[in-house]
Amino acid sequence: MSTSSTSSVIGASVTRVDGRLKVTGAARYAVDHPIENVAYGYGVSSTIANGKITQIDTSAAERMPGVLAILHHGNTDPLFRTAGPLQPNSRPSESRPPFEDDVVYYYGQFVALVVANTFEQAQDAAFHVKVTYDEKKPLVHLDDVPAPAGPPVKNYTRGKADEAFESAPVKIDETYITPVETHNPMEMHGTIAVWNGDKVTLYETSQGVMNHQGVMSEMLGVPLDRVQVISPFCGSGFGGKLFPWPHSLLAAMAARRLDRPVKVSVPRALMFTTVGHRPLTRQRVRLGATPDGKLTAIIHDVLNHTSHTDDIMENCTEPTPLLYSCPNVAAAQRLVKLNVGTPTPMRGPGACPGLFALESALDELAVKMKIDPLDLRLRNYAEIDESEGHPFSSKHLREAYQAGAERFGWSKRTPGIGSMRKGDEILGWGVGTATWSAGRGAAEVRVRLMADGTARASSATQDIGTGTYTVFAQVVSDKTGIPVERIEVVLGDSSLPPGPTSGGSTATASVLPAISAASTAAIEALLKASVRADQSPFKGADPATLAMTAGRVHVKEKSPETGIPFEQILKMSRLAALEGNGKSVPSHEAHKVTAQSFGAHFVEVAWDPGIARLRVSRVLSVFDVGRVINQKTARNQILGAVVMGIGMGMFEETIYDPRNGKPINNNFADYIVSTNADIPELDCIFLDYPDSAMGEYGARGIGEIGLTGVAPAMAMATYHATGVRVRELPIRIEKLMQRGMA
Amino acid sequence: MQAFRYRQPKSVDAALENSGRFLAGGTTLIDLMKLNVETPQQIVDINLLPLDRIEATADGSLKVGALVRNSDLANHSEIKAQYAVLSLALLSGASPQLRNMATTAGNLLQRTRCYYFRDTNYPCNKRQPGTGCAAIDGLNRIHAILGTSDQCVATHPSDMAVAMMALEAVVHTRGAKGERTIALEDFYLVPGQTPHRENVLEPGELITHVTLPKLAEGTKSYYLKLRDRAQYEFALSSAAIVVEAKGGHIKRVRVALGGVGTKPWRSHEAERVLTGKDATPENFHAAAEAALQGAKPLRDNAFKVELAKRALVRAMTVATQAA
Repeated sequence: MSTSSTSSVIGASVTRVDGRLKVTGAARYAVDHPIENVAYGYGVSSTIANGKITQIDTSAAERMPGVLAILHHGNTDPLFRTAGPLQPNSRPSESRPPFEDDVVYYYGQFVALVVANTFEQAQDAAFHVKVTYDEKKPLVHLDDVPAPAGPPVKNYTRGKADEAFESAPVKIDETYITPVETHNPMEMHGTIAVWNGDKVTLYETSQGVMNHQGVMSEMLGVPLDRVQVISPFCGSGFGGKLFPWPHSLLAAMAARRLDRPVKVSVPRALMFTTVGHRPLTRQRVRLGATPDGKLTAIIHDVLNHTSHTDDIMENCTEPTPLLYSCPNVAAAQRLVKLNVGTPTPMRGPGACPGLFALESALDELAVKMKIDPLDLRLRNYAEIDESEGHPFSSKHLREAYQAGAERFGWSKRTPGIGSMRKGDEILGWGVGTATWSAGRGAAEVRVRLMADGTARASSATQDIGTGTYTVFAQVVSDKTGIPVERIEVVLGDSSLPPGPTSGGSTATASVLPAISAASTAAIEALLKASVRADQSPFKGADPATLAMTAGRVHVKEKSPETGIPFEQILKMSRLAALEGNGKSVPSHEAHKVTAQSFGAHFVEVAWDPGIARLRVSRVLSVFDVGRVINQKTARNQILGAVVMGIGMGMFEETIYDPRNGKPINNNFADYIVSTNADIPELDCIFLDYPDSAMGEYGARGIGEIGLTGVAPAMAMATYHATGVRVRELPIRIEKLMQRGMA
Repeated sequence: MQAFRYRQPKSVDAALENSGRFLAGGTTLIDLMKLNVETPQQIVDINLLPLDRIEATADGSLKVGALVRNSDLANHSEIKAQYAVLSLALLSGASPQLRNMATTAGNLLQRTRCYYFRDTNYPCNKRQPGTGCAAIDGLNRIHAILGTSDQCVATHPSDMAVAMMALEAVVHTRGAKGERTIALEDFYLVPGQTPHRENVLEPGELITHVTLPKLAEGTKSYYLKLRDRAQYEFALSSAAIVVEAKGGHIKRVRVALGGVGTKPWRSHEAERVLTGKDATPENFHAAAEAALQGAKPLRDNAFKVELAKRALVRAMTVATQAA
C-alpha cells in the first residue's frame, strides 16, 4: 500500500457531493422511482397482538373500485426462510416470512395486502377487509412476564465479581430502565417490486443492498443473479433499514402474482410496529469501590425483550468489560419474549442503553463518595483493554476529558444540588463517556478513469445520509488529483462490486482501503497505457518512472505541469476508459490490539422549578475517533447524534397499550422527538489522531458513538440541578415533580 | 380515507345550501378522514368565502373572520399590541406549517388528540355514542382532569380557544335559522352523558367570525404553555391571564386553563379569589388551589393538578409584573 496521503482533500470540510440533488428534490428515493403501470399495495395489519386469525372477509373490499387482489395466508403459497449463518448476506429482520400461517405475534403485523390501481383505492379497500381473531391476552411489558430462568444468552466474567462486590467498602446497587424507542427516519420504509420474466428488481430504502439481495433471493426462492436491489438514496435508517422487513417481500410477492409492478409504502403508524425498534432494557448495576474511589467490582445484569419470532439481544454489556479498569467484572444478558414486533439495532445499539445504566451508576458512586464525577472516571481510567489484555490501538480518552473540561469550564462546577444558577434558573452539569468499537468489513470498489477527464467510482454499498458518496469522491480525488466535482460516485445497486452494509459504524473504514486500492490499480493501468500509445510523450518509458498527480500523468521526478492531462493518454490510446478494482479485507483480531473509539459529552441543563421546566442549555462533545476524513460530515454525525440523544434523554418512548399491544403514540405528534427549539448551541471537538490499526487513512467509524453517553450525562445534570435521580428514561416532567414547589 | 363529493361555494349563502362537512384549513378534518374517524359524504370547501379579514368595529371590538389563518392572526399588529395573550397562545400551538393553514373557526372546532378517539378499533363515546371509553382505564397521561364525566375524559386541544376564553370572545354564526351570537363561554359543552356534542352549533351552522371585546385601558395579558418539549406539542397544562391591575392591586382578572379541561377551561373560582386582591404569591397560590378544586385526576395524569397550578401562578406573576 502506498504511503499516507498528502493531498488536502482528506480531512477537509467537503460539502456533500449529493447535497444539491437532495436540497433540490432531484434525489430519487425508493418509492419516488417512476415505474410505468405500477399498482399500489396497502397492508391490512392486525388489531390484536396475540392469537390466531379465524377469518378474513374480503368480500366487500374485493368489490371496491380498482381493487386487483387481496393477498393473505389463506390464498398465497408460503415464502421461504433464510439459511442464516449457512449463507452470506442472509439476515432478515423477521425470520418468519409474512403470511406464513394464521398466527398473530404482535399488533400491527401484516395479515393481508390489498393491491389496487391507486393508493387511495388500496387504502380504502384495506379498511373494508374484516378480520376476525381468536384473541389471547397479549403480554407487552417486562413486568407481565416472570424473569427468565436458565442460563443467560451472554455471560462475561473476569475475576470474582460477586465476592469483590460483597466485600467492597463502598457499594452501589441500582436498576435502570430504558424504554422502547422507534427509529422514525424521515423517509419511511418502502419498496417497488418489478418482475421482468424470472428476474425481480427492487427499489428500496436500504442500509445494505447486498444483504437485501441475498435475503430476497432466499425468501422468494429465486437465484441470487435474478434479484437486483436498487437504493441510491436513503432518507436515513438509524439501523431500522439494515435488514429486510416483511413489506418488501409483500411487494415482491404481489408483483409476481399480478405480473405487474407493485409499490408498498409503510405508513408512519406502521413504522411503530412492523419495522423494528430499540427494545426495552432493565439493567441492574452493582459497583464496588475502595474508599479512594477505585472500582473493585462491576456487575451488570441486563434483561431486554424480544419478539416471539426472533431472539434479538440488545448488547448493553458490550462496553462493560473494557470501559473502566476493574479487576472483577461480571456481565450477563437475558431475553424475554413479548407480543411486540422484532427489535432491531438502533443507532448505538447496546452501548446506548448500556452506558445509560453504567454511567449513571458511576455518577451515583461519585455522589455517594463526594468525588467529582470526572475525577472518578480518571481514577478508573483503562490504560489497556482489560477484557482482552490487549493495548488499545489508539486511545486518547484522557485528552478528550481534559479538553472538554477546559472548554466547558468544568472546574467551576460546584457539587451541591441546585447550587449553580443563571438568572432565575438552576443549572446542572453532567458528563458522559462515549464509546464504540471500530471494525472493518470486506468491500470491493471499481474506479474508472474516463476519456472525458472525469472519473467514476462504484460499489454496492450505499449512502444512508452520512456522506459515503462524498468519502468515495474524496479518496479518488486524493489518489488521482481529479477534483471532487469531476468524480461520479455510483452506489446503492446490488449489481455493482459487492460493498458493505452501512451499519455498526463500519462503512467508511471498510471502503477506504478498497477505494484507495481501486484508484491505485486504475492509475497503474493508465501509466502502462502511457508508455504504449504512439503519440504519448512517455512512449517506451518504464511506467514505474511515471506518476499521476493533479489529474496529470508526468515523470515522477518532474512537476505535474510538465506532464499531460490523463484523458489525453486515453484519447491517444483510443480508449473510452481504464478501470481498476480494489478490495478491503475484514479487520481481524490477529493484531493483538483493540481498535475502539471514545469520547465525552458535557451537558448543561437549565431547570425552572416554579414551572417544572427542564431544558438542555449547552452540550459540548469531544471525540477520539481516529482520523476524520471529512470535518463537515463528521461534525454533522456527532451533532445529529446529540440531537437524537436529547430526545433519548427527555422525550422518546414508544408506549404500548397493555390491553391490545398497540403503540398508542404511533405518530409524530404523540411520539415526541427533539425539535429545533429543544436544541441549544452544540459544539464538537475532534482530537483527530490517525489509528494505524485502521490502515492507510487511520479512520474509525463515527455513526453510532455520538449517541452513546448523552442520556446519562443528561440524567447526571438533571440530578445536579433538581436532586431527582431519574433511573428510568425518558426524564419526564412528572418524574421531576416529586419535589415540592420551589 | 373513503371517497367523497366536493363542493366549493363562493358565498356564505351558497355554502349554507350544501350539506356536508365544512373544510377550512383541514388540519383536523383531513387528518381524521385519513384515520376513517371522519367519513363525510360531502366536503364543502369554504376557503373561497369572504371571511378572511380582521377589522375594527364601531364599538371598539375587533372582528376576526372565520378563515383568518392562525399565523396571520398571531402576527397581526393590533392582536400583538392589544391581545398579547392570543398572539402568544397561537404561536405556542402546532408548527408554522400548520399555523399557516389552520383557521380561526377551525381552531375553535378542532377535535381532541385522545388516542382512542382517533382509532376506530377502540370504543369511544365521543366518536360512537354508547360504545364506552377506552381512556378512563387506559393510558391517560394526556387526558383531562376538569369537566370530565364517566363517559369521556378527552382534553380539548386548543391553545387559541383558551386565550379567547380569557378575552371573553364572542362567536358569530349563520345557519338555517339565521344569525346567532354566542359567548365563547356558552359555546362549548362539557361531555356529561353526551360527549359527542362538543359545542352548541346546529348541523349546517357556519361560524362567520369571532369578535374580541375591547379591553379596558392598562389591561395586560399573558399565555404560558407547559409541555414536554419546547415546540409542536399539545399542552400538558397552560394558563391564559387577562388582568387589569394598578399599583399591585387586581381590579379585574380573567383566568382560563388549557390542556387540563374537556373544554377550554374558564376559572371563575380563581377569578373570585383574585378580584380586588393584591398581586401577591399567596393570592396566586390561593387562586390556583381554587381553580383545581374540582380536579379529578386519572391514573397517569395526577401531576397535571400540580402542573396546572404552577402554570396559573407563573402566568399571573408574569402578567402582573408587566402591569
